[in-house]
Amino acid sequence: MVSAVFHSPLEAASAARGSDKSKTRDAGPAPSAPAHKNMTNPTTPSSATQAAAPAMPARASWDASVLWLAVLPPLLGLGLLLLTWELVFMATGGSIPSPRDTFAQAVQIFSDPFYSKGPNDQGVGWNVLSSLKRVAMGFGMAAVVGIPVGFMIGRFNFLSRMFNPLISLLRPVSPLAWLPIGLLVFKGANPAAIWTIFICSIWPMVINTAVGVQRVPQDYMNVARVLNLSEWKIVTKILFPAVLPYMLTGVRLAVGTAWLVIVAAEMLTGGVGIGFWVWDEWNNLNVRNIIIAIFVIGIVGLVLELALIKLATAFTFEEVKN
Amino acid sequence: MTSLTTKYIEIQGVEQTFKTRKGPFRALQNINLTVAKGEFVALIGHSGCGKSTLLNLIAGLTTPTEGSLLCANREIAGPGPERAVVFQNHSLLPWLTCFENVYLAVERVFSATESKAQLKARTDAALAMVGLSAAAQKRPGEISGGMKQRVGIARALSMEPKVLLLDEPFGALDALTRAKLQDELLQIVANTQSTVVMVTHDVDEAVLLSDRIVMMTNGPSATIGEVLKVELPRPRSRVALAEDIRYLGYRKAVIDFLYTRQGHVEKAA
Repeated sequence: MVSAVFHSPLEAASAARGSDKSKTRDAGPAPSAPAHKNMTNPTTPSSATQAAAPAMPARASWDASVLWLAVLPPLLGLGLLLLTWELVFMATGGSIPSPRDTFAQAVQIFSDPFYSKGPNDQGVGWNVLSSLKRVAMGFGMAAVVGIPVGFMIGRFNFLSRMFNPLISLLRPVSPLAWLPIGLLVFKGANPAAIWTIFICSIWPMVINTAVGVQRVPQDYMNVARVLNLSEWKIVTKILFPAVLPYMLTGVRLAVGTAWLVIVAAEMLTGGVGIGFWVWDEWNNLNVRNIIIAIFVIGIVGLVLELALIKLATAFTFEEVKN
Repeated sequence: MTSLTTKYIEIQGVEQTFKTRKGPFRALQNINLTVAKGEFVALIGHSGCGKSTLLNLIAGLTTPTEGSLLCANREIAGPGPERAVVFQNHSLLPWLTCFENVYLAVERVFSATESKAQLKARTDAALAMVGLSAAAQKRPGEISGGMKQRVGIARALSMEPKVLLLDEPFGALDALTRAKLQDELLQIVANTQSTVVMVTHDVDEAVLLSDRIVMMTNGPSATIGEVLKVELPRPRSRVALAEDIRYLGYRKAVIDFLYTRQGHVEKAA
């Protein structure tokens, strides 16, 4: 439920940023949407205004048609979520807290996000930050190792044949299965969690980088050969820019996975972190805080994803052929 | 020295066989050709007759199965900036500006001996030669197809190559742009006295530009069918030649070869 609601603004945002292709794709559903509500709103929103809708509905210009398609559907979606939630609250006889109670609790929690009363009682801000720190460290190390390895695998057929069976074997393993190995080797919960993030975020980066290198158009490589460029120039002037979009896709997938895994890993390892916070609140039977945590996890994940999509579009050149 | 000027590129008994899943495929056989210094040679033939394969061999992008290729009395062992290639699809790097695309080539060839300012001047000169000084800071995605091809030519010429290899350079352009670029190429080649080998499937282009037209038989196992010497005076003008009886004669000879004697391209392929 949560993910469904938080993905729709994301898609709207990507449509807004999108090329002509996504605009034409939007043109399909656009006429059907006003068809249902023609009685209440006579203005016919064009597909162009829908595609141009900014990611933040609140900042839309006060054109009625923009308001109609950019603001109302997401609000309706949120309303549906709240309604379902309210119904669940009533059906379970209050064991799931109501949206109103949760909101009140959230206001209280976010009024002081950075308090610290010992290791087991810290503000939600500290929890999120320490989770992000673990993700950043594990992910950063994975990028440092994975991207060069991906380049090597993509560049040299021998290495590709050598490592492909290993990657195929290890990639499907749940990252949490590596947690005990991490605990054993690093003798600590925190490095073990970072290790788990490392192992789960390295595969998308290795694989996407390698595929990107293999798909560099032969024309560009012929240019490199005719100009007799040095290996350094080939890497910096041709391979790296050509592979960058693939690499950033890998990075995006890796960050997404890492953010999924950190919650589970922290539940098992403890310490300070959003995953541990969820587990701790479960032990306290404070369901309102668990729901708040779910929202926080979703929003942070969404922000990470959006930032990386933005980064990727900035480095994608139109002429990079398949 | 005379032998070097008359036999600047020497191709002797070249055969090219590709390994395919269905067994070996012989694309070219028994190719013998010499190109003199400063000569403009066009390779013409139907699609799939191996003319691009031959050009790639001269470029050194591929090595022949049999026979040898020499350029200035040295065996062609691999690609190099002394044999610059203008590719059919321009092959500019889309993340670099036009200036940077040309600079990449200039830097490779001249950075050992010249200062940065000289390299920049060379790049500017190359872009000016093809009339693109104004577009120097644009990326390939922002300019037209004809302009891209001109940047490709500027990149090739900026290296001051011994040989300029053109692989259907104007094939993807509309007729008007193509005519304009052909005229520019005539001008540039007249100024630089370059040795040029050009792959084309355009009869008029071949007659207008070249000193000799090498006509190739249909593949597989394509070879040189006939070589036609085009003895039209230079500078050549497209408009004047359109009514020139010799021009029409050369044109007829090439068309005759391509469509009468090598016409059954579908059956042969």
